[in-house]
Amino acid sequence: MIPTEMAVLLSVVLFVLGTLGVLFKRNAILVFMSVELMLNATNLALVAFAQQWGEETGHLFVFFIITVAAAEVAVGLALIVAIFRTKKSINIDELHQLEG
Amino acid sequence: MLQIPTLESLNMGVAIPALSVAVWACVLLVIDLFIPKEQKSRTAWLAAGGLVFAFIANLFTFNTSGDAFLGLFVADRFGGFMNLIILVTGFISIVMSIDYLKRIGIEKGEYYTLMLFTISGMMFMVSANDLIVIFVALELLSIPLYVLSAFRAPDVKSEESGMKYFILGAFASAFFVYGAALVYGATGTTNLPQIFQTISGLDLSQNSNVLLLLLGSGLVLVGLGFKVAVVPFHAWTPDVYEGAPTSVTAFMSVGAKAGGFGALLRIMIVGLPSFVLIEGANAAWQQVMWIIAAATVILGNFVAIAQTNVKRLLAYSSIAHAGYILMAVAAAGTAGVGEAAATAALIYLLAYAFTNLGAFAVAMAVEKDDGTGTNIEDFDGLAKSRPILAVMMTGFMLSLTGIPLTSGFMGKLFVFQATLDAGLVPLAVIGVLTSIVSAFYYVRIVLNMYFKEAPGDEAKGATPYLNWAIYAAFAATLLLGILPAIATGLTEGGLFAVIP
Repeated sequence: MIPTEMAVLLSVVLFVLGTLGVLFKRNAILVFMSVELMLNATNLALVAFAQQWGEETGHLFVFFIITVAAAEVAVGLALIVAIFRTKKSINIDELHQLEG
Repeated sequence: MLQIPTLESLNMGVAIPALSVAVWACVLLVIDLFIPKEQKSRTAWLAAGGLVFAFIANLFTFNTSGDAFLGLFVADRFGGFMNLIILVTGFISIVMSIDYLKRIGIEKGEYYTLMLFTISGMMFMVSANDLIVIFVALELLSIPLYVLSAFRAPDVKSEESGMKYFILGAFASAFFVYGAALVYGATGTTNLPQIFQTISGLDLSQNSNVLLLLLGSGLVLVGLGFKVAVVPFHAWTPDVYEGAPTSVTAFMSVGAKAGGFGALLRIMIVGLPSFVLIEGANAAWQQVMWIIAAATVILGNFVAIAQTNVKRLLAYSSIAHAGYILMAVAAAGTAGVGEAAATAALIYLLAYAFTNLGAFAVAMAVEKDDGTGTNIEDFDGLAKSRPILAVMMTGFMLSLTGIPLTSGFMGKLFVFQATLDAGLVPLAVIGVLTSIVSAFYYVRIVLNMYFKEAPGDEAKGATPYLNWAIYAAFAATLLLGILPAIATGLTEGGLFAVIP
């Protein structure tokens, strides 16, 4: 059996990678993928904790997260397509109409 | 073994207000297909009718308390009061939108169904008794709002607003859910009362789980902090509020905050009140809340002074008001003050809801068809061209400042009282001082309306429905300021079903 600490440690590494990706990537799709990485890090942690506690709430939580992530993908990609049609670019640094 | 619950054990009756909005949203999505394009105001009235039904159902369930869905959902006075705020806000927002959407050329039926979905998300969020439900409700609240912010596409500002809100909102949700996972890791449950029991049983000073719990509750706080826009997680607010259609801004500045604070208060008061690191001290999160609340009111109020666009100004003002509500949350960290602090937060939210909706509604009336015309100069001379509108706006500005006889004053009074009860005297002082600072930028709008020459372009957007909404908001602002007992009476008799 994989010790909980190792799985949680891996999930922390993935979560931090995702966070850094959101903060430093400039392409909207890469930013978006980084968010997904953070959510999947959460899934890993939940499964590990569920194994540690020997009960199924964690597993259930994972299903909800997967479903919600799918809904988020649908809306997010639609927004990216809409922005690309108007601006012909999905670089988030070029989103600067609203400043003041 | 997995047991299939019986229908009775789900006890769905107490969840009817929130359920009815969610179900009606799905039904309306289909009905809307059969409504011809030029008659989309029918969809609006059907949506508003659904909210009226939920409002009446909420009155019936107001005094019942009990949990539904096997403890995932809890109905109590706190949730009932929040539902009142959310439903009234939603109703007024829908009525305000009808003419506005037509005027700026984005009248589509989906707008109203998306509104219903996000309203149902808020209602589930304030009654959620489990971290899983809070997460799902948070997403049900947020995802329609991302779409609504970008509803004016292909207008590039609106798309940008939706995109920024989406990226930061998804980022915040990821923080929230990771925090929830860590809390689960520390306690072995996601149910708030069970988290409370587990924490009470632990000796936190020498338990290795305390690090998980500390990190987990911190990340949950970060996630919800993004949603309610407190410093340092506020950076998205001005951009999103400015770019989104004004009717959406008005709605989300109130509704999303109500949902976020509902969940935050419930987590802190029901789930984590006994999270005490040193024996006999206040809850471990109080100090953090204290600092965030102080930073939020200071930054929100001072940056608002420099704004020239009214939508941006109201965005910073909404950050400041989130700070005042957070003061009440901080006060809840002292043992025994939880109930009073939650009452203060509820009264403040109610007062703020009407006032802020009204202020944004006046901005909608002044706004031009192409989405420009919300600078402070555009309010010049409004007292001559639209005297009634100017009086209303003055009322809203005074209420946001917190002048006596308005609802804003009552809200601040309750919050500062709770802060003092909790022994956080410096925080209350900061609150009072920043309220005085806020007068500077609110009164500037009033002065512009009364003492500057009209540019000749009067408020064309002041259509009948919008005017009704403004009058209703104004009446509620005054009524709550003069007779606060109407609101406080509803909170009597215990807010939370499970008082620790």
